[in-house]
Amino acid sequence: MSPVLDIKDLSIAYRTPAGDVRAAQHVNLTINKGEVVGLCGESGSGKSTLAYGACRLLRPPAVVTGGSVLYSGVRTGTVMPIDILRVPQRDLRAIRWRDVAIVFQSAMNALNPVLRVRDQITDAMTAHLRLSKDAAHEKASKLLDLVGIPRERLRSYPHELSGGMRQRVMIAMALAADPEVVIMDEPTTALDVVVQRDILAQIVELKETLGFSVLFITHDMSLLLELCDRIAVMYAGRIVELGRAADLKEAPAHPYTQGLLRSFPSLRGARRDLSGIPGTPPDLRDPPHGCPFIPRCGFAQPGCAQVDMSLLPVPGGRSPLHVTACPFVTPEIAAKAALLEQQPTAAEGALS
Amino acid sequence: MTQDAAITLTSAAAGNGPLALEATGLSKDFRLGRGAILHAVRDVNISLYKGAVVALVGESGSGKSTVARMLAGQERPTAGVIELDGEPVDVRTGRAFRRYKSEVQYVFQDPFGSLNPVHSVGYHLARPVRLHQGRDVDVKKRVIELLEQVRLTPATQFEPKYPHELSGGQRQRVSFARALAAEPNVLLADEPVSMLDVSIRLEMLNLLDDLRKRLRLALLYITHDIASARYFADEVLVMYGGQVVERGPAEEITQQPAHPYTQLLIASAPDPDNLGSVLKSGNSVPRARGAGSGPAAVGCPFSNRCPLADDKCRAENPALHQLTAVRAAACWRLPEAAPELFATGTA
Repeated sequence: MSPVLDIKDLSIAYRTPAGDVRAAQHVNLTINKGEVVGLCGESGSGKSTLAYGACRLLRPPAVVTGGSVLYSGVRTGTVMPIDILRVPQRDLRAIRWRDVAIVFQSAMNALNPVLRVRDQITDAMTAHLRLSKDAAHEKASKLLDLVGIPRERLRSYPHELSGGMRQRVMIAMALAADPEVVIMDEPTTALDVVVQRDILAQIVELKETLGFSVLFITHDMSLLLELCDRIAVMYAGRIVELGRAADLKEAPAHPYTQGLLRSFPSLRGARRDLSGIPGTPPDLRDPPHGCPFIPRCGFAQPGCAQVDMSLLPVPGGRSPLHVTACPFVTPEIAAKAALLEQQPTAAEGALS
Repeated sequence: MTQDAAITLTSAAAGNGPLALEATGLSKDFRLGRGAILHAVRDVNISLYKGAVVALVGESGSGKSTVARMLAGQERPTAGVIELDGEPVDVRTGRAFRRYKSEVQYVFQDPFGSLNPVHSVGYHLARPVRLHQGRDVDVKKRVIELLEQVRLTPATQFEPKYPHELSGGQRQRVSFARALAAEPNVLLADEPVSMLDVSIRLEMLNLLDDLRKRLRLALLYITHDIASARYFADEVLVMYGGQVVERGPAEEITQQPAHPYTQLLIASAPDPDNLGSVLKSGNSVPRARGAGSGPAAVGCPFSNRCPLADDKCRAENPALHQLTAVRAAACWRLPEAAPELFATGTA
């Protein structure tokens, strides 16, 4: 598998009068060709900052304080990958949308309310693909077919479309220039589950036919487990665990991941004991030394404050791809946690 | 037949305590102009019992919030009766409305929008205490009690804070405390956790659950997340197109849904155990029929999306059909949709 987008040691901070908010610190994440990678974390964990930073879309007060983002798609033409963070503005404009496209968060409101759908899609295409007006129009119709919206909707204004349709329009726009990587930032969060499933199925289908890679950002772990090949779990600006979906589901290593997995109620099967994660995330202006999860962690030890948060393979793990930043996850702790999770509980006491 | 069914049906939440708030035949029409009318809520019966949780589940636009707003006295029903402790509800004068509000309180969905950014936490709580509990109450002490009740401790530290200094979870706790300030018997919670992070949600639901038990609150939990309703509620009412299409005990409905819409809803929920999902293998997934299109105007509201729909479904709107002592579903094709349940229901 060849990497398409390789985020290396990326650090991003927001400069504020009260000090730097370190929203992403030394993040390493690789997206391979044709892969769906999930990025999971709660609000304020830095997942959107990371994605926008990787495309150089952030404006001051956000600054990239270190690292590189190597893009090596087919269209770069050369053997050497391009560092998105260092290419000249002109080349950057060529890469955006054409090579790396984004479906923005709250796409419900990301469309311009005073322009027809057609004009918004063709605008992007004429800017990036140098198409004639007729050709752009024809392509816009094809894109709507692709995402399952009737062609006559091209004439509609955004307010005439349902939330699900607007979301599909956003996806169609992202795919307009046949990109190599599509970054999706909470694309289905505002939609109800039936529409959500429909759109996800469509994304996967399009991915199979068009062959792009996806970085899928959401706070909904249950969704990622079903959708993604690999999942990165982010907490307080750090990736704390990374692995294949099955690794994370069956043998979560980091206590935060374990907590996440015990946080959502399941619809199928026996009722599980839900514990959630007590406490709140740390203030990123002044994060605790070492692991940022210490104040909320049930396994915290004195040594945790010394952790450098580099990702290491899980001991006894089934795959070298499964890495975590928690060095105290020994097989015994993992086994204990697994035991806790499997314990069937009485239906009544499940919530208390 | 169906009329009788509605009368003999008992709520799965009835075992927990005495009846607090009951609505019968609740309907709400909105005029859209040019003579067009939107039937936002049609003939909904709902009973809230002290110490019990009733969940109202449905997609956006299904009418669940309109039901809650009518129960809260903020919207006048087009038809139907609401009774509090057996007395018909009267909110026509300001005084009567306030009296009703000391019994029935509402928790809003958005903890970022429902608190006033220029007022402190203490102010948010002191106001309803003064308003609902008379002059002889020690407001300061009561505010501290409320903060401790929702576990914002140390309370004296939180009292002078402003909303922007709090996290989403903490703000929602303030909203809970504000609703409890009136010492209500009924709490209407409209998507109280949907704006919060997954890791925080559970804690908030546990808090609500704990408050309900300790204060013997009758709780209406409105959500689009049927999985949380399974863990949290005693009875679940599934709404679609302004109607209750299925109702019954939470566990039974989620494990053995009878109505085709409930079945679709449960099949669509993300399933973390489904690692070999069709979403991953890239097999073409059968597209949900007419997903995103609104409910049908004539006949069963689900008929334009239902795989079982026939001519009768498209022409006539089915009423709730009783399946067991505590379960009912509104569907003409129940013998096909839920054969096991239907057999026991008619036996």
